[in-house]
Amino acid sequence: MDLLAIIRIAMRALARNKMRSVLTMLGIIIGVGAVIAMLGVGQGAQQTMQEQIQAMGSNLLFVGAGTVTRSGMHMGWGSTKSLIYDDMLAIMRECPAAHAAAPGSTSSGQVVFGNDNWATRLNGTEPQYFDIRSWPFQEGSPFTQNDVEMSANVAVIGETVRKNLFGATDPIGQTIRINNLPFRVTGILVPKGTSAAMGDDQDDIILVPLTTLQKKITGQPWLRWIMVSAVSRQGSYAAQEQIAALLRERHRIRAGDDPDFFVRNLADMADVADEAGRVMTLLLASIASVSLIVGGIGIMNIMLVSVTERTREIGLRMAIGATEGNVQQQFLIEAVVLSLMGGTLGILFGLGASYVITQTLGWPVLVSPIVIAIAVVFSMAVGVFFGFYPARKAAQLDPIEALRYE
Amino acid sequence: MATTSQPEANLTAKPDSETVILVQEIHKYYELGETRVHALRGVSVEIARGEFVTIMGASGSGKSTFMNILGCLDKPSTGRYLLEGVEVSSLSKKELAAIRNHKIGFVFQGFNLLSRTTALENVELPTLYARISKSEGEKRSREALALVGLADRVAHFPSQLSGGQQQRVAIARALVNRPSILLADEPTGNLDSRTSVEIMDIFQKLNDEGLTIVLVTHEPDIAQFAKRSIQFRDGKIRRDERIQNRPRASEVIKNLPTLED
Repeated sequence: MDLLAIIRIAMRALARNKMRSVLTMLGIIIGVGAVIAMLGVGQGAQQTMQEQIQAMGSNLLFVGAGTVTRSGMHMGWGSTKSLIYDDMLAIMRECPAAHAAAPGSTSSGQVVFGNDNWATRLNGTEPQYFDIRSWPFQEGSPFTQNDVEMSANVAVIGETVRKNLFGATDPIGQTIRINNLPFRVTGILVPKGTSAAMGDDQDDIILVPLTTLQKKITGQPWLRWIMVSAVSRQGSYAAQEQIAALLRERHRIRAGDDPDFFVRNLADMADVADEAGRVMTLLLASIASVSLIVGGIGIMNIMLVSVTERTREIGLRMAIGATEGNVQQQFLIEAVVLSLMGGTLGILFGLGASYVITQTLGWPVLVSPIVIAIAVVFSMAVGVFFGFYPARKAAQLDPIEALRYE
Repeated sequence: MATTSQPEANLTAKPDSETVILVQEIHKYYELGETRVHALRGVSVEIARGEFVTIMGASGSGKSTFMNILGCLDKPSTGRYLLEGVEVSSLSKKELAAIRNHKIGFVFQGFNLLSRTTALENVELPTLYARISKSEGEKRSREALALVGLADRVAHFPSQLSGGQQQRVAIARALVNRPSILLADEPTGNLDSRTSVEIMDIFQKLNDEGLTIVLVTHEPDIAQFAKRSIQFRDGKIRRDERIQNRPRASEVIKNLPTLED
C-alpha cells in the first residue's frame, strides 16, 4: 500500500468529521503560530540589539580612565589622572590589533542658543572619532585636525541637542554658547537612538575638538577615555589584551594590583546582548510550545475517539487483509496529516500574528526560514508522538472482537 | 492458488475435486477468567473446490468459532487446518493477513461497508492491501460490481443503496481479489426474504462458475440453496449431508410476490 493511497484515505477520514478535525487542528494552529510569532519577536529583538551595538561602532574597544579611592571615597570612573594622550599614541604604535584610536575627554555643559538652553554631555575628541564609531553626519561635516591644532571653537551636535535648541532653524553655521563660550556648529550627527548596552540617549551630545575642551573648558590635560577600533571582531579580543598589557606597563601597575584603567570590548557586549536575546527567545518559545503540546494532546484525544468509533472499520480492514502495520500506519498518518495541516496553517497564523505585532506594537519581528522549517518538523513530530499510542491501540485490536463491536 | 495471481483468469476458480479446506481434529478453548470454554471439541471437515456448504447450528454451537478459524481470523488451540495445502496454524499474523487478503472473501451479516465511501471504493478496499496497481484494482472492482449486477451503482454511497444492494457491494468486495473461498456469515440475516433469495441466487451463480462457498445461516430455507449442509452442536459436527433436490434461487424468485418499490 503506497503512502499516497494512505494519505488519501487519511484525508477522507478527516473530511468525514470536518468540524472535529478543524477544532483539533486549531490546537496545533495556535501552538505553531504562537511558537513562530514568539520566536520572531525574540529574534527580532536580538537583531535590533545587535544592530544597535553595531551602530555604536564596529569592533569597538573603550579604554576608560579607572576609578580611584581617595580617603575612603570612591570617586567614579575617570577620576584618576592617569590616562594621557601619549597612551593613545602608544596604543597605535605598539598594538597590532588596534586599527584606529581617538582620544577623548568628557565634561558637561550648559548650551544656549537664542532663548533656548539645554544641559548636555560635552565630549572633546579628534575627527577620527566619527569614523571609529561609524557615525555619519545628517548635515554639515566634522571639525578638522586643523581645528584640533588650533583649539578652534567649533562643535558637532547630536540630534537631541538639535531638536531642543534649534527646532526648525538650520543649525549649520549658527553660533551657540557652551558654558558662555561661543562655538560655531559645523555638523549634525545622524541619530543613533538609545544605546542597547547602556540605555542612555546617544544623541544627547556635543562634540568639540579635544584641545578646545582641555584648554578652554576643563583646564585639564588628562584623557577620560580612548576609543579604539580593532582590525576585526575577532581581533578585538587580541586588541583588548594588547592594550591592557601595554597600559599596565606604561602605568607601572604591578602584577596583582588593580589597574587604573579599564578596557571594555563591544564584542563582549554584543555577546552578552546575544546571550540575553537568546535566553529571551528561548523563554518565549518554551512558553509558546506549551500550547503546542496541549494541541498534541488534543490530537491524541481525538485519535483515541476515532479509533473507538471506527472499531468495526478496523475489524473489517483486518478481515480483508490489512496487517497490524497497515492499520497502525493508517492512524499514524492520519494524526500526522492532522498535525501537519495544523502546522502549515499555524505558520500562516504565526506570520500573520508577527505582522500584526510589527504593525501595532512597532516591534521588529524576524521570522527566519529555519524557524518555519523547525515548525514543520516539530508539528510532524507532535503528530507522530501523540498519534502513536492511538494507532498502536487500533493495530492491536482483535479483528473478531472489532467486527462484533457495536 | 494459481488462479488468484493470473489477471486474465476468471473471477472464480475452476471446479475440480481438489481439496481446498482440510480441517483435522481441531479444538478451541477460550480462557474466560477461571473457567475454560471449550468451543470446538474435535472437528474434522474436508471441503473440495467448487462446493457450496452451509453451516447451521444454534448459537453457542461453535459455528462462529469454526468460521473464524476458517477465515484465518483465529487459530485452533489444537488440530490442523490446511487451506489449499498450507498449514495455517503455523503462520505469523502478517502471513495470515495476506492469506485473508488473497484467498478468502468475507461477507458479513451487517455488510460492513464504509460509509461516505462509494461502492467502487468499498470494493477496491482489499486491492489496496494486495500487491496490485491502482488501475488494475479499479478495473477488477468494476468487474466485480458488474458481476453482482451493480455496474450502474459504482458511484453510489452505501446510504443511497438498499440492503440487498449493499450486500451485493459486500459480495463484490469479497470477490475482488479472486479468493479461493468465500465465507459468508449470516449474509441474509438483515434482509427480507425476497432479497435473501436474490443474494442466494448470486451465490449459486458464483458457485456454478466454480467458487467455493461456505455460508453460515440459521434459516433452513436459506440453507437449502447450498449443496452440502453441516450442522454443529456443542462444538462438534452433528450432521454432514448432501442436500438433495436443491432449488434454484432464480426459480424461487419467480414465485415470490414482488415488493412495491
